[in-house]
Amino acid sequence: MADPMRIRATEQPDGVDVRVLMSHEMETGQRRDAAGKVVPAHFISNVTVSHNGKPVLSAEWGPAVAKNPYLQFKFKGGKKGDKLTVTWVDNKGETRTDEAMIS
Amino acid sequence: MNQNRREFVKLSGVLAVLATAGLSTDEALAQQQAWNKTAFEAKTLDEAVKALGGPAATQSADISITAPDIAENGAVVPVGVTSKIPNTQNVYILVEKNPSSLAAGFAIPAGTEANVSTRIKMGQTSNVHAVVKADNKFYVATKEVKVTLGGCGG
Repeated sequence: MADPMRIRATEQPDGVDVRVLMSHEMETGQRRDAAGKVVPAHFISNVTVSHNGKPVLSAEWGPAVAKNPYLQFKFKGGKKGDKLTVTWVDNKGETRTDEAMIS
Repeated sequence: MNQNRREFVKLSGVLAVLATAGLSTDEALAQQQAWNKTAFEAKTLDEAVKALGGPAATQSADISITAPDIAENGAVVPVGVTSKIPNTQNVYILVEKNPSSLAAGFAIPAGTEANVSTRIKMGQTSNVHAVVKADNKFYVATKEVKVTLGGCGG
C-alpha cells in the first residue's frame, strides 16, 4: 500500500489554497533496468479532490508527471473546518484516499 | 552455424521485449476505461487537441505558464498554468518533445480557479504548451523550457 498523501488546505481571503503531495513511483514505461528489460509503466492516472462530497478538481495524468506528484490549486466556497477528500487511482488499479481539514 | 544461433538469440530477446511492452499497455487500457488513452498517446500538439475533441487550438495571451526558463533536472519541472479565459473547463499541459506529448489534464468545475500547478518530467529542452478548453473552444500558450539533465531514460 502506498504511503499517505500530505494534504495542506488553508483558507485565504480569495478562496481555499490546496496543496497535495502524493507518494508514488510514477514509472514511465520508457526506462530499462540493468538487465535491459523495460520497466513497466506504473503511474497515477486519475486524481479527484472533493470538498464536502462535491468535486472541486479532477485530473487525468500521464506518465510524464514527476515522481511523488505535487498538485496545487485554489477553489472558492470552502471554509475552515470543512472536509477535503483526495483520491487517486493508478494504471494498475491501486487506489488511495486521504482526508484533510481546511485550516 | 554458430553465427546463426547467435542471431537467433538476439532476435528472440528483441521479440520478448516487444511482447512485454505490448502486454503492459493492454493491461493499462483494460483497467483504466475513463482515462483518455488516445490523447495521452498523441505525439504532437495538434494530435492531442484532436483527441481531446477540438478541431485546433488558437493562440491566446490570456493563458500564462509559470515554469523555469532553465530546468536543471528534467525529472522534476514545476509547471503552473493560469487561465484568465472565462468559463475555463479544462487545462492541459503538453510537452512537445516528450515521447507522448500530453503530461496532465485537469477538469475545472465552476468555483475552482483556473490556476493549477504540478511537477512534470521532460526528456529534453522543449516547448511546453498549456491548452485551455473554454466554452468548447481550445486555446493554447507556449513557453520554452531548457533542460540541462533529461528526466526520461536514466
